[in-house]
Order: sequence, then structure tokens, then C-alpha cells
Amino acid sequence: MSMRTLPLLFLNLGGEMLYILDQRLRAQNIPGDKARKVMNDIISTMFNQKFMEELFKPQELYSKKALRTVYDRLAHASIMRLNQASMDKLYDLMTMAFKYQVLLCPRPKDVLLVTLNHLDAIKGLIQDSPTILHQVDETFRQLTDIYGDLSAGEFQLIRQTLLIFFQDLHIRVSIFLKDKVQNSNGRFVLPVSGPVPWGTEVPGLIRTFNNKGKEVKKTEFKHGGSYVAALKAGSLELYGDRVLKLGTNMYSVNRPVETHMSAASKNLASRTQESIVPNPLAKEELNLLARLIGGMEIQKPSGPEPGFRLNLFTTDEEEEQAALTRPEELSYEVINIQATQDQQTNQELERIMGEFEITDQSRRSASKGDDWLAMMDEL
Amino acid sequence: MFRRERSIPLRGSAAALCNNLSVLQLPARNLTHFGVVHGPSAQLLSAAPEGVPLAQRQLHAKEGAGVSPPLITQIHWCVLPFRVLLVLTSHRGIQMYESDGSVMVYWHALDAGDASLVQAVFARGIAASGHYVCVGTWSGRVLVFDIPTKGPNIVLSEELARHQTPISDIATEPAQGQDCMADTVTADDSGLLCVWRSGPKFKLLTQIPGFGVPCSSVQLWQGTVAAGYGNGQVRLYEASTGSIHVQIDAHARAICALDLAPEVGKLLSAAEDTFIHIWKLSRSPEDGCIEVEHCHGECVPDTQLCGARFCDPSGSSFAVTGYDLAEILRFSSM
Repeated sequence: MSMRTLPLLFLNLGGEMLYILDQRLRAQNIPGDKARKVMNDIISTMFNQKFMEELFKPQELYSKKALRTVYDRLAHASIMRLNQASMDKLYDLMTMAFKYQVLLCPRPKDVLLVTLNHLDAIKGLIQDSPTILHQVDETFRQLTDIYGDLSAGEFQLIRQTLLIFFQDLHIRVSIFLKDKVQNSNGRFVLPVSGPVPWGTEVPGLIRTFNNKGKEVKKTEFKHGGSYVAALKAGSLELYGDRVLKLGTNMYSVNRPVETHMSAASKNLASRTQESIVPNPLAKEELNLLARLIGGMEIQKPSGPEPGFRLNLFTTDEEEEQAALTRPEELSYEVINIQATQDQQTNQELERIMGEFEITDQSRRSASKGDDWLAMMDEL
Repeated sequence: MFRRERSIPLRGSAAALCNNLSVLQLPARNLTHFGVVHGPSAQLLSAAPEGVPLAQRQLHAKEGAGVSPPLITQIHWCVLPFRVLLVLTSHRGIQMYESDGSVMVYWHALDAGDASLVQAVFARGIAASGHYVCVGTWSGRVLVFDIPTKGPNIVLSEELARHQTPISDIATEPAQGQDCMADTVTADDSGLLCVWRSGPKFKLLTQIPGFGVPCSSVQLWQGTVAAGYGNGQVRLYEASTGSIHVQIDAHARAICALDLAPEVGKLLSAAEDTFIHIWKLSRSPEDGCIEVEHCHGECVPDTQLCGARFCDPSGSSFAVTGYDLAEILRFSSM
């Protein structure tokens, strides 16, 4: 609904992705120089100036397919590779984490603080590169310029837009279950205690005024929760106390990143929101996506630095098992941008394709890929 | 005081919108109709008194130009003197149906001409006032439609241009007589409330300024405006003067819905803090000023509520919807 949601969605999901990758790189004992290169490459791609310019333009949210494709490319922006199962798991964790953060934001504007928490942490993950640091600072400035003065009403619209995007996602995440922030049915715990949002009073007071505006009565009622007054407003400065903890890094080497692949949601019919029927107008979306991908610098796995594969699971067997047992309704459909030789292809796309290699990844049902393909030919 | 009754299952979960539950009480037929927005679709269903679902129907936002299927913002039954219309607002326009949703009788496409690139275009806020149906829009304009006693000859009669930010909700009540002429209240995302008297030309009676927080839901009862805000407050104002009479620190999160049981002056408030509260409104016998008493509070654990309605005129039962929840929860007093 809000046209200002995409940057917040992209930056926060990106931040979560970096937290998880950082944790896995260390857990898998990837050599320091390789890990450093991967993180720097991905962050640099993510905060690429041209890409950020496109991102910050007012626009509708990308479809789930398109967004997933962007993160696929982002994760492969360096010498690191991920199998489909690991990429799926990574995306599950990213989305559930941000969904949790949005849901628990005390007030809608706090999603900006969550974003700043992610940016602060991302800066900590950059090593020995003032250029990349500068890119992130630039993005910080763009963010506060645009969102710093948005009204409470606009933030409420943004919040609603994000929640609609995350509707019906109930993947259970180990770390959330352990911390008791998620129930075993996949729903998040909404505490009824703690500080109220900045700008809200602790519930319980009824004040009555007379015709002249003078307070004539004060009564109390039992609210049911156990809230306390808000501490202080979080800072929107480049450096400052954000106050809110949502959006900070909850992973460490000792906390494994597991998900439970039970489809807790019973309403499969509701998933038709992401329509399988090709929409001819969706080619606009594909165009934009192709432009964005073309703007990214993709490192080829050749050259002096040999690539490596990151596994989001503890063993290779686990990863294989996860790929086989992933419930159908939770499969992500990634846009397969590949042109066949026999059909006419758009020149621009051909040029973009030439700029990076698309490694052969196992895809799901070919029929959906064909539908997209047919659409591409009309471009 | 209230106990949980049997829930009514939904085909799709409720979307995180405000005022996301409409109820049409049909006591003569021993039926209650419910309407909930899921996203690009909305679900209507009818249930027997014990909550047994009888029939259901899904409605979709009318497609138009654009990349993704349009989202519905609200669904609401409008009870007019000679007919009941079901009105559905979306990011494309306004759809009006016969009350069971079977036939669309009118379609109004939103004119996005004035929208800057930044603004999302949508309609939101639906209420019936006499033989008019008022629908709010993203620009703050309120469209007033003149509804004939039957048939599809619905005409856009007026556009009220007082609000500058998106309309969030509209409330109406039958005109109370000479003293209190106000019968319509419109609310927007800046918290501004406008009080009107309906007619061939709507007349603005008062404006109640906001205070930096959206007013997500509004009700009108016997000349009292009840407004629910994004900071969890419920405020009651005298409709004719706009002066504030009661301020309740009611909830710890944004209020998503208010409803009234007009026969008894009961007000229901539901919020994202998982709580529902029921309040009794009255007028002081001495000075006629509005007073409020808290009656009951209910918690729906771990559920960010998005809609709430009384299910009978005496306010002895109510229903709520929650974000991501694929059922309508029902409560009735013991």
C-alpha cells in the first residue's frame, strides 16, 4: 500500500542475511581473508550507489519471487556459493526475523530504528574498506532524509504494507523457539508487559473534562497488562543510542541457525496471493529487476581467489535431506532469467546476461519457468 | 463476564488493516453475516447464532492496470433505509454489491490524477448516512454517493474536500433531532476529525484537530464522537462543539477498531496490544456531559487484533479478527 516500503524491506532483510552469513562463515571455519572478501563484496554490492538510487524511488513492493531473486544474486556476489537448500533456509531465517521485528516494533516509526540497528551492525562487519563504509553512511543519510520526517500515519501504512507482505509465514526458527519469542505453532509471542511505545501513556487512566475544558474527574481501570512508561526515544543520528534492541545481531557462533520445516499454516488456499498464472503486466517487474541485476557487479568464481560453498546446515547430508523434504507450499519460485537460443531475446537482457555467469542451479517445476520465458520473449 | 464461544474458521487469514471486520446482524433471520479482508480477496460468510458457518463467498478487488493484484482496504455493510449494500474499497476503486455479495451493482474507479509519485492511491473508510454512502480516499477527499431505493443507478453526488491526508474511517448515526444535527464524522491519518450534517449538500459543523497520531477508528453516538488513536488513546468529544470530554489511556499499542452497541451506549475498543475493552458511555444527569465507565477487558494472547464488532444490539456478544489469524473469534457474556 505504501510506496515507501521497499528500501526498508530490502535493507533489513539484507542485514539479517549478513548476520547469518557471518555466523556461518565462522562456524564453518572459512579462512579469514576469504570470509572478509565475501562480506565486503556482498555489502559493497548491496549498497551500490546506482542500485540504492533505484531502490529509494517511490514504488510498489516487489513480488515475493522478484525479491527472492535479488537476494539469490546478492548472496552470489562474491566467491561464495550456496546450494538451493541452503539459500532457501537462509531466506526463511531472514524473512522470519524481520517479520518478528516489524510485529514487535512498539510504534510504527520504530521500524526506522530497526533499520538503523542493521546499518550500524553492517558497518561493524566491513573490514578495512573506507569506501564501503562511506557507501553505507551515504545510505544512512538517504534513509534519514526520507524517513526522518514522515508522519505517524505514513509509518502506519508502511507497517501495514510490510505485515501484508509477511502474512501467513509461520516457519519455526530454533533460536526463536529457544528464546520463547515464538510459540510451537509458529506464531510470535506478543508480550503484554514492558515499556509502552514512545508517545503512548501506560494504560489505565480515564480523565473527564467539563464544558470549559477543565479536568473534573480522574478514574483508573484495570487494563490487564503490566506496562511501564517508555524510557526515551531512540536516536536517528549517525551515531546514537537506538534504545530498541530489535534488529541487532542475535546470532553468535554458539547459537545454531535451524529452522523447522513444518508447514504450520493450514491455509494453503491463501498462498494463491502469489499467482501462478502469468500476468502479462508482470514484465514491467522483470524489466526493473533485470536493470537492477545489470547494475550489480558480480564477481565471477574464476580468477585468483578460488570459490567455496557455504552450507547453512551442519552437514552436507542434512542439506541434501532438507532439499528433499521441503514442503511444496514453502517452495520459493525464483525467476529464471535464461533465454533459449531458438527464440528472440531482448538485446538489453542479452547484454546483462553476458556480464555474469548463471550457474546451473536445480529449479522446481519447469512449467513455471516456461511461462516466464514466454513472457520474456515479448519484451 | 464474557466467555469464548466457538470460532468461525476463515479461508484466509485477516490482513493487518484497521477496522477489518464488518458484521451485519439479521435477527429476523437468525443469521449474522461477517466480512473480513484477507488481501487481494475478502471473505463473506454467514453464521447461525451458535457460530456454525452456513455459507461463504469470496470477493476480489477488480483488476486494473498495474503489476500486482490490487489489495482490498476495507469491506463494510451499509444499512440504508430501503436496502443494504456491501461496499468494498481497494487500491483501484470502490465496488458496491447487493448485501450477499452476489451481484456488483456499481463500480467507481479512483482517479489517480492528482497523486504524486510518492502517494499510494486507495479508497478507505465506508459508512451509510441516510440514503447516502460515504467513502474516503487516499487524498482526504470523501466521496458521497446517492443511493436509490433499488437498482444500480448510483450517482456520485458530492466530494467533501476538508481532509489533507488519507481517510481512515467514517462513522454515522441517525440525526438526533433539533439539538444535535451532526450525523457523520470523518477521520484521517493525521488525527483530524470532521463532523458533518448529511444532505443533498453536506455541511461541515466542526473540526477537531489531530495531535500527530492517526485516528484509526471513529464512532458516533447521541452527539458524542468516540475516536481511537494510534497511540492507544480513546477520546470522546461533544460532536456539536468539538470539545474534548473524556480521554482514556486505553491501550498500549495502536487502536485498530471501535464499535458501538447503540441501544445501550456500549463502546468496544480493540488494539494491536492484544486487548479488547468494553466501555459504558453515558451523560451526566447534572450537566449533560459525557462520562465513561470501564466494563470489561479481554486479552487474546499473541494476537495483533485488526477488527472488532458487537454481534447484537445490546452489546452482549462481540467478534474479533487478528492479523495472520484464519478464524473469527467470538465472545458472549455469561
